[in-house]
Amino acid sequence: MIPRPFRVVSNRPDTPDTVTLTLEPAGGVPLGFAPGQFTMIGTFGAGEVPISISGDPAGGPLVQTIRDVGGVSHSLARAAAGDVLTVRGPYGTGWNATDAADGDLVIVAGGIGLAPLRSVVLDVLANRDRYGRVTLLYGARSPAERLYPGELADWAYRGIEVGITVDRGAPGWAGRVGLVTALIGDARLNPARTLALVCGPEVMMRFVAAALRDEGLPPGRIRLSMERNMACGIGLCGHCQLREFFICTDGPVFGYDQLDGLLTAREV
Amino acid sequence: MKTRSIAEYLAGHPFFAGLDGESVRELAGCARNEHVRTGGYLFREGGTADHFYVISRGRVALELYSPGTGAHLLDSAGEGEVLDWPWLIPPHRWFWDARAVEPTSVVALDSACLRGKCEADPRLGYDLVQRVAQVMSQRLQATRVRLLDLYGQP
Repeated sequence: MIPRPFRVVSNRPDTPDTVTLTLEPAGGVPLGFAPGQFTMIGTFGAGEVPISISGDPAGGPLVQTIRDVGGVSHSLARAAAGDVLTVRGPYGTGWNATDAADGDLVIVAGGIGLAPLRSVVLDVLANRDRYGRVTLLYGARSPAERLYPGELADWAYRGIEVGITVDRGAPGWAGRVGLVTALIGDARLNPARTLALVCGPEVMMRFVAAALRDEGLPPGRIRLSMERNMACGIGLCGHCQLREFFICTDGPVFGYDQLDGLLTAREV
Repeated sequence: MKTRSIAEYLAGHPFFAGLDGESVRELAGCARNEHVRTGGYLFREGGTADHFYVISRGRVALELYSPGTGAHLLDSAGEGEVLDWPWLIPPHRWFWDARAVEPTSVVALDSACLRGKCEADPRLGYDLVQRVAQVMSQRLQATRVRLLDLYGQP
Protein backbone atom coordinates (compact mmCIF):
# COMPACT_ATOMS: atom_id res chain seq x y z
CA MET A 1 0.00 0.00 0.00
CA ILE A 2 2.96 2.29 0.59
CA PRO A 3 4.37 3.65 -2.68
CA ARG A 4 7.98 2.83 -3.46
CA PRO A 5 10.26 5.27 -5.26
CA PHE A 6 11.42 4.15 -8.72
CA ARG A 7 13.90 6.09 -10.81
CA VAL A 8 13.35 6.49 -14.56
CA VAL A 9 16.19 4.90 -16.53
CA SER A 10 14.78 5.74 -19.95
CA ASN A 11 11.70 7.10 -21.66
CA ARG A 12 11.27 5.73 -25.18
CA PRO A 13 8.56 7.17 -27.43
CA ASP A 14 6.72 4.27 -29.10
CA THR A 15 3.92 6.01 -30.97
CA PRO A 16 2.84 9.66 -31.20
CA ASP A 17 0.99 9.37 -27.86
CA THR A 18 2.65 6.40 -26.15
CA VAL A 19 5.94 5.97 -24.35
CA THR A 20 7.65 3.08 -22.64
CA LEU A 21 9.31 3.83 -19.31
CA THR A 22 12.11 1.70 -17.95
CA LEU A 23 12.48 2.07 -14.18
CA GLU A 24 14.67 0.78 -11.41
CA PRO A 25 13.96 0.84 -7.69
CA ALA A 26 15.53 3.83 -5.97
CA GLY A 27 16.39 1.47 -3.13
CA GLY A 28 15.30 -1.97 -2.13
CA VAL A 29 14.63 -5.01 -4.23
CA PRO A 30 13.34 -5.19 -7.80
CA LEU A 31 9.64 -5.64 -8.28
CA GLY A 32 8.68 -9.23 -9.05
CA PHE A 33 5.45 -9.78 -10.92
CA ALA A 34 3.40 -12.22 -12.97
CA PRO A 35 2.52 -11.36 -16.57
CA GLY A 36 -0.84 -9.58 -16.60
CA GLN A 37 -0.41 -7.80 -13.28
CA PHE A 38 -0.34 -4.02 -12.98
CA THR A 39 1.08 -1.34 -10.74
CA MET A 40 -0.34 1.91 -9.44
CA ILE A 41 2.28 4.27 -10.80
CA GLY A 42 2.35 8.01 -10.30
CA THR A 43 4.26 11.22 -10.03
CA PHE A 44 4.52 13.29 -6.88
CA GLY A 45 1.70 15.78 -6.77
CA ALA A 46 -0.17 14.47 -9.82
CA GLY A 47 -1.62 11.21 -8.49
CA GLU A 48 -1.37 7.65 -9.71
CA VAL A 49 -2.94 5.42 -12.36
CA PRO A 50 -3.05 1.66 -12.95
CA ILE A 51 -0.64 0.57 -15.68
CA SER A 52 0.04 -3.00 -16.73
CA ILE A 53 3.59 -4.25 -16.48
CA SER A 54 5.22 -4.89 -19.85
CA GLY A 55 8.64 -6.10 -18.79
CA ASP A 56 10.32 -9.46 -18.52
CA PRO A 57 8.93 -11.46 -15.60
CA ALA A 58 12.26 -13.31 -15.33
CA GLY A 59 13.89 -10.17 -13.99
CA GLY A 60 15.40 -6.88 -15.00
CA PRO A 61 13.99 -3.39 -14.76
CA LEU A 62 10.34 -2.47 -14.38
CA VAL A 63 8.92 -1.65 -17.83
CA GLN A 64 5.62 0.18 -18.24
CA THR A 65 4.07 1.45 -21.46
CA ILE A 66 1.97 4.56 -20.93
CA ARG A 67 -0.48 6.30 -23.23
CA ASP A 68 -0.74 10.03 -22.72
CA VAL A 69 -4.50 10.48 -22.32
CA GLY A 70 -5.01 12.35 -19.04
CA GLY A 71 -3.40 14.45 -16.35
CA VAL A 72 -1.48 11.73 -14.54
CA SER A 73 -0.53 9.81 -17.65
CA HIS A 74 0.64 13.07 -19.22
CA SER A 75 2.99 13.70 -16.31
CA LEU A 76 4.22 10.09 -16.54
CA ALA A 77 4.73 10.31 -20.29
CA ARG A 78 6.90 13.39 -19.78
CA ALA A 79 9.09 11.76 -17.12
CA ALA A 80 12.76 12.02 -17.95
CA ALA A 81 15.72 9.84 -17.05
CA GLY A 82 16.57 10.43 -13.41
CA ASP A 83 13.07 11.43 -12.35
CA VAL A 84 11.62 9.56 -9.42
CA LEU A 85 8.12 8.10 -9.69
CA THR A 86 5.95 6.29 -7.17
CA VAL A 87 5.03 2.65 -7.66
CA ARG A 88 2.66 0.42 -5.71
CA GLY A 89 2.06 -3.21 -6.47
CA PRO A 90 2.16 -5.48 -8.34
CA TYR A 91 -1.57 -6.03 -8.13
CA GLY A 92 -4.22 -8.19 -9.71
CA THR A 93 -4.43 -11.53 -11.41
CA GLY A 94 -2.09 -12.74 -14.13
CA TRP A 95 -2.61 -14.35 -17.51
CA ASN A 96 -1.35 -17.74 -16.29
CA ALA A 97 -0.26 -18.59 -19.81
CA THR A 98 1.45 -21.70 -18.50
CA ASP A 99 -2.02 -23.29 -18.60
CA ALA A 100 -1.28 -23.55 -22.33
CA ALA A 101 1.89 -25.55 -21.77
CA ASP A 102 2.02 -28.52 -24.17
CA GLY A 103 -0.79 -26.86 -26.10
CA ASP A 104 -1.23 -23.84 -28.34
CA LEU A 105 -1.44 -20.22 -27.33
CA VAL A 106 -3.08 -17.41 -29.27
CA ILE A 107 -2.52 -13.85 -28.11
CA VAL A 108 -4.90 -11.25 -29.53
CA ALA A 109 -4.11 -7.59 -28.91
CA GLY A 110 -5.61 -4.33 -30.04
CA GLY A 111 -3.91 -0.94 -29.84
CA ILE A 112 -2.16 -0.40 -26.54
CA GLY A 113 -3.58 -3.76 -25.44
CA LEU A 114 -0.33 -5.27 -26.63
CA ALA A 115 1.44 -3.71 -23.63
CA PRO A 116 -0.05 -6.04 -20.97
CA LEU A 117 0.70 -8.99 -23.24
CA ARG A 118 4.34 -8.16 -23.92
CA SER A 119 5.41 -9.79 -20.65
CA VAL A 120 3.61 -12.97 -21.70
CA VAL A 121 5.41 -12.94 -25.03
CA LEU A 122 8.78 -12.53 -23.32
CA ASP A 123 7.97 -15.34 -20.90
CA VAL A 124 6.87 -17.64 -23.74
CA LEU A 125 10.00 -16.86 -25.76
CA ALA A 126 12.14 -17.77 -22.75
CA ASN A 127 10.30 -21.09 -22.49
CA ARG A 128 9.40 -21.63 -26.13
CA ASP A 129 9.79 -25.41 -26.07
CA ARG A 130 7.02 -25.75 -23.49
CA TYR A 131 4.37 -24.61 -25.98
CA GLY A 132 3.05 -25.81 -29.30
CA ARG A 133 1.97 -23.16 -31.77
CA VAL A 134 2.13 -19.62 -30.41
CA THR A 135 0.32 -16.99 -32.44
CA LEU A 136 0.16 -13.24 -31.89
CA LEU A 137 -2.62 -11.39 -33.71
CA TYR A 138 -2.30 -7.65 -33.40
CA GLY A 139 -4.57 -4.88 -34.60
CA ALA A 140 -3.40 -1.29 -34.54
CA ARG A 141 -4.94 1.98 -35.59
CA SER A 142 -2.31 2.65 -38.26
CA PRO A 143 1.17 1.42 -39.17
CA ALA A 144 2.72 4.30 -37.23
CA GLU A 145 0.73 3.41 -34.13
CA ARG A 146 1.95 -0.16 -33.79
CA LEU A 147 3.57 -0.75 -30.43
CA TYR A 148 7.04 -2.30 -30.32
CA PRO A 149 7.39 -2.52 -34.14
CA GLY A 150 11.03 -3.61 -33.96
CA GLU A 151 10.21 -6.33 -31.46
CA LEU A 152 7.32 -7.74 -33.49
CA ALA A 153 9.74 -8.81 -36.22
CA ASP A 154 12.08 -10.30 -33.64
CA TRP A 155 9.28 -12.27 -32.01
CA ALA A 156 8.33 -13.69 -35.42
CA TYR A 157 11.95 -14.68 -36.00
CA ARG A 158 12.05 -16.43 -32.63
CA GLY A 159 9.13 -18.76 -33.21
CA ILE A 160 5.92 -16.83 -32.76
CA GLU A 161 3.52 -16.56 -35.70
CA VAL A 162 2.76 -12.86 -35.90
CA GLY A 163 -0.23 -11.47 -37.78
CA ILE A 164 -0.74 -7.72 -37.97
CA THR A 165 -3.57 -5.64 -39.33
CA VAL A 166 -4.28 -1.93 -39.19
CA ASP A 167 -7.56 -0.05 -39.24
CA ARG A 168 -6.16 2.61 -41.52
CA GLY A 169 -3.50 2.02 -44.10
CA ALA A 170 -0.79 4.44 -45.01
CA PRO A 171 1.31 5.04 -48.10
CA GLY A 172 3.80 2.23 -48.45
CA TRP A 173 1.94 -0.15 -46.15
CA ALA A 174 1.87 -3.56 -47.83
CA GLY A 175 0.38 -5.38 -44.88
CA ARG A 176 -3.15 -6.15 -43.98
CA VAL A 177 -5.91 -3.57 -43.53
CA GLY A 178 -8.97 -4.58 -41.57
CA LEU A 179 -10.32 -5.65 -38.24
CA VAL A 180 -8.24 -7.90 -36.00
CA THR A 181 -11.02 -10.50 -35.97
CA ALA A 182 -10.22 -11.23 -39.63
CA LEU A 183 -6.86 -12.60 -38.53
CA ILE A 184 -8.48 -15.20 -36.30
CA GLY A 185 -9.95 -17.25 -39.15
CA ASP A 186 -6.65 -17.18 -41.01
CA ALA A 187 -4.79 -18.45 -37.94
CA ARG A 188 -6.42 -21.89 -38.30
CA LEU A 189 -6.53 -22.46 -34.58
CA ASN A 190 -6.99 -25.88 -33.06
CA PRO A 191 -9.77 -25.12 -30.56
CA ALA A 192 -9.21 -28.32 -28.60
CA ARG A 193 -5.69 -27.31 -27.56
CA THR A 194 -5.66 -23.51 -27.69
CA LEU A 195 -5.70 -20.97 -24.88
CA ALA A 196 -6.54 -17.40 -25.94
CA LEU A 197 -5.33 -14.24 -24.20
CA VAL A 198 -7.06 -11.06 -25.33
CA CYS A 199 -6.43 -7.43 -24.47
CA GLY A 200 -7.66 -4.24 -26.09
CA PRO A 201 -10.63 -1.90 -26.09
CA GLU A 202 -13.63 -3.66 -24.58
CA VAL A 203 -15.69 -3.53 -27.78
CA MET A 204 -12.79 -5.08 -29.66
CA MET A 205 -12.54 -7.83 -27.02
CA ARG A 206 -16.26 -8.59 -27.38
CA PHE A 207 -15.86 -9.15 -31.12
CA VAL A 208 -12.65 -11.11 -30.67
CA ALA A 209 -14.21 -13.36 -28.04
CA ALA A 210 -17.18 -13.98 -30.33
CA ALA A 211 -14.84 -14.83 -33.21
CA LEU A 212 -12.87 -17.21 -30.99
CA ARG A 213 -16.11 -18.87 -29.89
CA ASP A 214 -17.03 -19.23 -33.57
CA GLU A 215 -13.71 -21.04 -34.03
CA GLY A 216 -14.78 -23.47 -31.33
CA LEU A 217 -12.81 -22.26 -28.31
CA PRO A 218 -14.71 -22.87 -25.07
CA PRO A 219 -15.37 -19.76 -22.91
CA GLY A 220 -13.08 -21.07 -20.19
CA ARG A 221 -10.15 -21.06 -22.63
CA ILE A 222 -10.56 -17.38 -23.48
CA ARG A 223 -9.07 -14.82 -21.08
CA LEU A 224 -9.62 -11.08 -21.23
CA SER A 225 -7.91 -8.22 -19.42
CA MET A 226 -10.55 -5.78 -18.21
CA GLU A 227 -10.21 -2.13 -17.39
CA ARG A 228 -12.21 0.25 -15.21
CA ASN A 229 -11.33 3.40 -13.32
CA MET A 230 -9.28 2.44 -10.29
CA ALA A 231 -8.24 4.39 -7.23
CA CYS A 232 -6.87 2.13 -4.49
CA GLY A 233 -5.86 -0.90 -6.54
CA ILE A 234 -6.43 -3.23 -3.59
CA GLY A 235 -10.17 -3.80 -3.47
CA LEU A 236 -11.10 -1.22 -0.88
CA CYS A 237 -12.61 1.75 -2.67
CA GLY A 238 -14.96 0.05 -5.14
CA HIS A 239 -14.19 2.38 -8.04
CA CYS A 240 -13.49 -0.52 -10.37
CA GLN A 241 -16.44 -2.67 -9.38
CA LEU A 242 -18.00 -4.73 -12.16
CA ARG A 243 -21.09 -6.29 -10.55
CA GLU A 244 -19.65 -8.81 -8.06
CA PHE A 245 -16.07 -8.29 -9.21
CA PHE A 246 -13.42 -5.78 -8.31
CA ILE A 247 -11.27 -5.45 -11.40
CA CYS A 248 -8.21 -4.64 -9.28
CA THR A 249 -8.27 -7.78 -7.15
CA ASP A 250 -10.49 -10.30 -8.97
CA GLY A 251 -8.93 -9.19 -12.28
CA PRO A 252 -7.78 -7.59 -14.42
CA VAL A 253 -7.52 -10.96 -16.16
CA PHE A 254 -10.80 -12.87 -16.25
CA GLY A 255 -12.00 -15.97 -17.98
CA TYR A 256 -14.64 -15.25 -20.59
CA ASP A 257 -16.87 -17.70 -18.74
CA GLN A 258 -16.71 -15.43 -15.68
CA LEU A 259 -17.79 -12.41 -17.71
CA ASP A 260 -20.76 -13.96 -19.45
CA GLY A 261 -23.31 -11.19 -19.92
CA LEU A 262 -21.14 -8.54 -18.28
CA LEU A 263 -19.47 -7.43 -21.49
CA THR A 264 -22.74 -6.26 -22.95
CA ALA A 265 -24.47 -5.26 -19.70
CA ARG A 266 -24.97 -1.56 -19.07
CA GLU A 267 -24.59 0.34 -15.83
CA VAL A 268 -22.63 -2.27 -13.93
CA MET B 1 -3.20 -24.90 -64.72
CA LYS B 2 -6.10 -26.63 -66.45
CA THR B 3 -9.78 -26.44 -65.68
CA ARG B 4 -9.69 -29.58 -63.59
CA SER B 5 -7.01 -28.23 -61.28
CA ILE B 6 -8.90 -24.93 -60.98
CA ALA B 7 -11.92 -26.93 -59.87
CA GLU B 8 -9.80 -28.70 -57.30
CA TYR B 9 -8.44 -25.41 -56.07
CA LEU B 10 -11.89 -23.86 -55.82
CA ALA B 11 -13.22 -26.88 -53.94
CA GLY B 12 -10.62 -26.26 -51.24
CA HIS B 13 -11.14 -22.51 -51.02
CA PRO B 14 -13.06 -21.25 -47.95
CA PHE B 15 -15.56 -19.35 -50.09
CA PHE B 16 -16.69 -22.54 -51.80
CA ALA B 17 -16.44 -24.82 -48.77
CA GLY B 18 -19.22 -27.37 -48.69
CA LEU B 19 -20.36 -26.75 -52.27
CA ASP B 20 -20.96 -30.03 -54.10
CA GLY B 21 -18.37 -31.17 -56.61
CA GLU B 22 -20.62 -30.87 -59.63
CA SER B 23 -21.42 -27.24 -58.85
CA VAL B 24 -17.75 -26.44 -58.34
CA ARG B 25 -16.93 -27.99 -61.70
CA GLU B 26 -19.67 -25.93 -63.30
CA LEU B 27 -18.25 -22.74 -61.81
CA ALA B 28 -14.72 -23.68 -62.77
CA GLY B 29 -15.88 -23.59 -66.37
CA CYS B 30 -16.10 -19.81 -65.96
CA ALA B 31 -12.62 -19.52 -64.49
CA ARG B 32 -9.08 -18.81 -65.52
CA ASN B 33 -5.88 -18.06 -63.65
CA GLU B 34 -4.40 -14.57 -63.57
CA HIS B 35 -1.23 -13.20 -62.07
CA VAL B 36 -0.47 -9.62 -61.09
CA ARG B 37 2.95 -8.23 -60.30
CA THR B 38 3.57 -6.02 -57.28
CA GLY B 39 2.18 -2.60 -58.08
CA GLY B 40 -0.08 -3.92 -60.83
CA TYR B 41 -3.83 -3.48 -60.73
CA LEU B 42 -6.41 -6.23 -60.68
CA PHE B 43 -9.10 -3.66 -61.45
CA ARG B 44 -9.62 0.08 -61.35
CA GLU B 45 -12.38 2.29 -60.00
CA GLY B 46 -15.14 2.83 -62.54
CA GLY B 47 -14.26 -0.27 -64.54
CA THR B 48 -16.80 -2.93 -65.37
CA ALA B 49 -16.77 -5.75 -62.83
CA ASP B 50 -16.47 -8.47 -65.40
CA HIS B 51 -14.78 -10.91 -63.03
CA PHE B 52 -15.14 -12.35 -59.57
CA TYR B 53 -11.69 -12.90 -58.09
CA VAL B 54 -10.67 -15.71 -55.78
CA ILE B 55 -7.26 -14.89 -54.33
CA SER B 56 -4.96 -17.88 -54.26
CA ARG B 57 -1.70 -16.10 -53.37
CA GLY B 58 -0.49 -12.66 -52.41
CA ARG B 59 -2.35 -9.55 -51.27
CA VAL B 60 -4.10 -6.62 -52.87
CA ALA B 61 -4.82 -3.20 -51.39
CA LEU B 62 -8.22 -1.67 -52.02
CA GLU B 63 -7.74 2.02 -52.62
CA LEU B 64 -9.55 5.17 -53.61
CA TYR B 65 -7.56 7.84 -55.36
CA SER B 66 -8.12 11.46 -54.45
CA PRO B 67 -6.46 14.32 -56.34
CA GLY B 68 -4.03 16.10 -54.09
CA THR B 69 -3.93 13.46 -51.38
CA GLY B 70 -3.23 10.38 -53.48
CA ALA B 71 -4.44 6.86 -52.90
CA HIS B 72 -6.35 6.17 -49.67
CA LEU B 73 -5.89 2.60 -48.50
CA LEU B 74 -9.32 1.39 -47.39
CA ASP B 75 -9.02 -2.34 -47.03
CA SER B 76 -7.02 -5.32 -48.18
CA ALA B 77 -7.64 -8.87 -49.28
CA GLY B 78 -5.32 -11.83 -49.40
CA GLU B 79 -5.10 -15.58 -49.81
CA GLY B 80 -8.34 -17.27 -48.89
CA GLU B 81 -10.45 -14.20 -49.59
CA VAL B 82 -12.52 -13.09 -52.56
CA LEU B 83 -13.20 -9.87 -54.45
CA ASP B 84 -16.00 -8.95 -54.37
CA TRP B 85 -19.74 -8.60 -55.04
CA PRO B 86 -20.08 -6.25 -58.04
CA TRP B 87 -20.09 -9.29 -60.35
CA LEU B 88 -23.48 -10.14 -58.87
CA ILE B 89 -25.03 -6.78 -58.09
CA PRO B 90 -25.81 -4.07 -60.66
CA PRO B 91 -24.38 -1.80 -61.91
CA HIS B 92 -21.53 -4.36 -62.01
CA ARG B 93 -18.94 -1.64 -61.58
CA TRP B 94 -15.84 -1.40 -59.36
CA PHE B 95 -15.91 1.39 -56.80
CA TRP B 96 -12.23 1.26 -55.88
CA ASP B 97 -8.85 0.20 -57.20
CA ALA B 98 -7.28 -3.16 -56.34
CA ARG B 99 -3.48 -2.87 -56.40
CA ALA B 100 -1.23 -5.84 -55.75
CA VAL B 101 1.14 -5.11 -52.86
CA GLU B 102 2.97 -8.37 -53.49
CA PRO B 103 2.99 -10.87 -56.35
CA THR B 104 -0.61 -12.02 -56.49
CA SER B 105 -2.39 -14.90 -58.16
CA VAL B 106 -6.12 -15.16 -58.54
CA VAL B 107 -8.71 -17.38 -60.08
CA ALA B 108 -10.85 -15.02 -62.15
CA LEU B 109 -14.41 -16.17 -62.78
CA ASP B 110 -16.20 -14.42 -65.62
CA SER B 111 -19.12 -12.42 -64.21
CA ALA B 112 -21.55 -12.96 -67.08
CA CYS B 113 -20.76 -16.66 -67.11
CA LEU B 114 -21.33 -16.88 -63.36
CA ARG B 115 -24.63 -15.04 -63.55
CA GLY B 116 -25.67 -17.36 -66.36
CA LYS B 117 -24.93 -20.39 -64.19
CA CYS B 118 -26.97 -18.86 -61.38
CA GLU B 119 -29.95 -18.22 -63.63
CA ALA B 120 -29.75 -21.70 -65.11
CA ASP B 121 -29.55 -23.32 -61.68
CA PRO B 122 -31.44 -21.22 -59.08
CA ARG B 123 -30.35 -23.56 -56.29
CA LEU B 124 -26.72 -22.87 -57.09
CA GLY B 125 -27.56 -19.20 -57.56
CA TYR B 126 -29.16 -18.99 -54.12
CA ASP B 127 -26.19 -20.75 -52.59
CA LEU B 128 -23.76 -18.27 -54.17
CA VAL B 129 -25.90 -15.30 -53.15
CA GLN B 130 -25.78 -16.54 -49.56
CA ARG B 131 -22.00 -16.84 -49.72
CA VAL B 132 -21.59 -13.39 -51.23
CA ALA B 133 -23.97 -11.97 -48.62
CA GLN B 134 -21.78 -13.53 -45.93
CA VAL B 135 -18.71 -11.79 -47.36
CA MET B 136 -20.60 -8.49 -47.55
CA SER B 137 -21.87 -8.91 -43.99
CA GLN B 138 -18.38 -9.57 -42.62
CA ARG B 139 -16.93 -6.61 -44.48
CA LEU B 140 -19.77 -4.33 -43.36
CA GLN B 141 -19.47 -5.45 -39.76
CA ALA B 142 -15.71 -4.92 -39.76
CA THR B 143 -16.10 -1.51 -41.39
CA ARG B 144 -18.64 -0.42 -38.78
CA VAL B 145 -16.35 -1.43 -35.94
CA ARG B 146 -13.41 0.33 -37.59
CA LEU B 147 -15.55 3.47 -37.86
CA LEU B 148 -15.62 3.52 -34.07
CA ASP B 149 -11.88 4.21 -34.14
CA LEU B 150 -11.56 2.09 -31.00
CA TYR B 151 -7.80 2.35 -30.79
CA GLY B 152 -7.94 6.12 -31.05
CA GLN B 153 -10.09 6.52 -27.95
CA PRO B 154 -8.51 7.09 -24.57
